[in-house]
Amino acid sequence: MRDVIIVGAGPGGATAARILAKNGFDVALYEKRQEIGAPKRCAEGVGLQDFKTLGVMPPQNCIRQEINGAVVYAPNGKSLTISDKNSTGYILERKMFDKWLCEEAVRAGAKVQAKTNITGVLKENGKICGVKGTFLDEPFEERCKVLIAADGIETKIARMAGLNTTCNPLVTDSGVQFEMSGIEISDPKKLHIFLGNKIAPRGYVWVFPKGKDVANVGIGILGRSDIPAVNYLRNFINSQPGLKKGSILEVNAGGIPVGGLLKKMTLDNFLVVGDAAHQVSPIHGGGIFEAQYAGRIAGEVVSDALKRGDTSEKALEPYSARWWKDRGEALQKVEKLREVVEKMSDNDFNFFADNLTPENIGDLCCGKNMKVLGKLVIKRPHLMRFAGALI
Amino acid sequence: MAVNWNRAKCMRCGGCVGVCPKSALELEESGVLVDNKLCIDCSICEKFCPVGALKVKK
Repeated sequence: MRDVIIVGAGPGGATAARILAKNGFDVALYEKRQEIGAPKRCAEGVGLQDFKTLGVMPPQNCIRQEINGAVVYAPNGKSLTISDKNSTGYILERKMFDKWLCEEAVRAGAKVQAKTNITGVLKENGKICGVKGTFLDEPFEERCKVLIAADGIETKIARMAGLNTTCNPLVTDSGVQFEMSGIEISDPKKLHIFLGNKIAPRGYVWVFPKGKDVANVGIGILGRSDIPAVNYLRNFINSQPGLKKGSILEVNAGGIPVGGLLKKMTLDNFLVVGDAAHQVSPIHGGGIFEAQYAGRIAGEVVSDALKRGDTSEKALEPYSARWWKDRGEALQKVEKLREVVEKMSDNDFNFFADNLTPENIGDLCCGKNMKVLGKLVIKRPHLMRFAGALI
Repeated sequence: MAVNWNRAKCMRCGGCVGVCPKSALELEESGVLVDNKLCIDCSICEKFCPVGALKVKK
């Protein structure tokens, strides 16, 4: 019997595996896909501050581009350049980064196996006690003391375990991205964010450079649209001569849970991590840092529980409590901000672009100094009702 | 009645599986599987799919 089985070898699963293995536990990490880290469902941006918080810096071969700020474009063409510590970071190569995280887990003593499809959860007296699945179509069953679901937005494991993790389409973005080459980028060291209800209803278009003429060009929109996100993305690219002439090296897509944080994330012998638990920034949709942060807490809490020989729901609850204190409360504030932003018309975007400083926007994205926006919201009658939540 | 899945368009991103309120969809290597017994034709997956690979049969 293994101590822990983790399903899904993304940043959340691999981080939990590394910590558990380092603490001396017998851990297996299973990945459905034949290649860890590919195909990506991700724009690959992570803040330098995030890596500092995690205390783990990726090696140079995982980093495609250093970023020193962001340019936000309002619908009227006005742009704001944010350049502070919150917008400094990297565009990664997920194929390299996810594999490196798994290599670190293996070095710590974990077993990692790709092309392994977990098809069922074993239960004993109603409690989870293992999994069944296939490796290269060979069936197997394996028992464990704790099962961790880190299997992404479509999490089959959480549902089979008995947690309702269904995403509300009103707070889930529909995302699609082309990794493009041979394009023109005004400043390849900046993230470029384009706002506007015509180009991306309740969302944004991003250009995240991976070099001077290479970038992830993507879009996330409200996941309840009569027109697919990819149509908006193609329209945007066609409207920008510097992008239109480029080539498409990858097509990526994904659902982004930008709300609906879970209060309940544990059961007896079970917990859920990362996108599967909707642990994503509700304003920019980034989830790499959130998954790693939650994976670390999960690894520590499960280690403690195993040491004490009690992996009941109650014993694993500190995972939820710590996550909510460290991350959930801040993300919930940011969710309020998203609720306001999604009600903004193009005129509102132009108004806020004229009245907010780049520093204000940087703060807002981290859930800080919301009062500034609250004071401005009062001047826009149809947004006034949100002022209370912000002030 | 049920969902029509376009193999050539589908990105295997799993978004539809995440938003399906009836857990009627599953992402397998072969693609998205639809359990017609569970599907209620709500169109949530159709409106969610980033590439328009799902259509509810009318």
